[in-house]
Amino acid sequence: MTVTAIEAHDITVGFGEVTALQGVSFSISEGSFTAIIGPNGAGKSTLLKVLLGLLPPDRGAVSMLGKHAEALARGVVAYVPQKKTFAGQFPATVLELVVSGIIGAWPWRIPALHRKRAMDVMERTGVSRLADQSIQSLSGGELQRVFLARSLVNTPRILLLDEPAAGMDIRGEAAMYHILCDYQEESGATVMMITHDWEGARCHADQVLLLDRSVVAFGPAQSVASEERLLALFGHRGHVHETHREAKA
Amino acid sequence: MIEFISLPLMQRAFLGGLIIAIMASFYGPFIVQRRLAFLGSGLAHAAFGGVALGMFLGKDPLLIAIPFTVIVALCIAWVRSHTDLEADTAIGVFFSLSMALGVLFLFLREHNASDATMYLFGSILALNKNDLYLSFAALLGCIASLPLWGRWAYATFDETLARVDRHPVIRDEYLLLVSVSVLVVISVKIVGILLVSAFLVIPAACARLLSRRFIHMMGWTLLINIGGVVCGLGASYLADVPSGPAIVLVQSAAFGLAFVKHRLAPIQ
Repeated sequence: MTVTAIEAHDITVGFGEVTALQGVSFSISEGSFTAIIGPNGAGKSTLLKVLLGLLPPDRGAVSMLGKHAEALARGVVAYVPQKKTFAGQFPATVLELVVSGIIGAWPWRIPALHRKRAMDVMERTGVSRLADQSIQSLSGGELQRVFLARSLVNTPRILLLDEPAAGMDIRGEAAMYHILCDYQEESGATVMMITHDWEGARCHADQVLLLDRSVVAFGPAQSVASEERLLALFGHRGHVHETHREAKA
Repeated sequence: MIEFISLPLMQRAFLGGLIIAIMASFYGPFIVQRRLAFLGSGLAHAAFGGVALGMFLGKDPLLIAIPFTVIVALCIAWVRSHTDLEADTAIGVFFSLSMALGVLFLFLREHNASDATMYLFGSILALNKNDLYLSFAALLGCIASLPLWGRWAYATFDETLARVDRHPVIRDEYLLLVSVSVLVVISVKIVGILLVSAFLVIPAACARLLSRRFIHMMGWTLLINIGGVVCGLGASYLADVPSGPAIVLVQSAAFGLAFVKHRLAPIQ
């Protein structure tokens, strides 16, 4: 029997006179990998905030594993924010940041058990050698891998990621997809990820949610993330570096 | 040199100064890392409004200044969370309002306002037993907030992550501002309104230059604050200069040394 991991029904969110989301409904089964794609200002991050219970919708309801986000036990849902959301000058080491994911607070000391658990997951995302480094010394790609480690440290059943590949080079991005897919296969977790990477979504996601304030299309990645839809949504076919002549054609 | 410690007056000064140093070391790093350094000055000027109101009403100025400053802090937090204004703008508005009220209360007072200068420039040697009791009560409040350190630090690092983990981020910010208000008011008598923010900002800023971890920043802040009080009061006694500026000059010297260290061997 298929279990519903995430369900949204008629979500509407407005900021003053601006409508960020309008009547968004979808249902995602447990163990699937969903990519959310849409132009800037399409309401993608707003949708994640509603799912996480950070932003109450004006209308509609959401649930994860049949409950509201606030009713779920800590660690069941993990979230990887865009890197720019944290205070860049905060004095912290990589290990502290990952351990904060275990305890849900900032650690003043790190017990051996937490250190081991954090090191294991950092090994998996390829950042264990950075454990004692200051987070200020990391590159954008390294930082994203650290946040990915932090999100996996509690073995969540649902993983929500907001542009996790931002700041990564091609190799880092490919490694991130492999880490996510491996984790999903092993744990049966549900992954929902905002991305601008159409190719990555086609290759790795089971399904794509095309969003432009309302749901444009939702379904299997290969059919939804097609060039025709790209052209309709972005006015472009997705080949960023095609020549001017090709684009006009 | 040691005989001055045997004076009850100096004992009270040391005790009061150390209590404030401990409290400022707990709250200061949060204030600096949340980019609220201007808050100390803003609340100190709000305290001036409260002190002036106390004088106008003929009551103990500090007892009136505490609720007055707490209300101003809550107004700042409320405006911050309900508008798009930056913290320094909200603080600036209430800073000016409180100063205007303070000047007005002093003008309306029948006696002259010369005793208000003690609060402007501070006089640690004027600390009495009641001031110490008040400081002890505030210290107990500070100790009671120790269990909140982890989630306050977490929200200081990233408010969104703290909210995802269901921490009451807004309520905690109100609590932090109220606690800092009380600290500012009880510090006014020691360093004066004009210098009170130094306790919150300079040692924490200095500690930031020396620390790779937030908990280490707290430790350095405590060390520099206590060193500032001990050396500043000692220098104040020996050189016969006001205690407030002496403490702030010691803190500033520590900042200078930390800055040089940071330039020569930055923390990795």
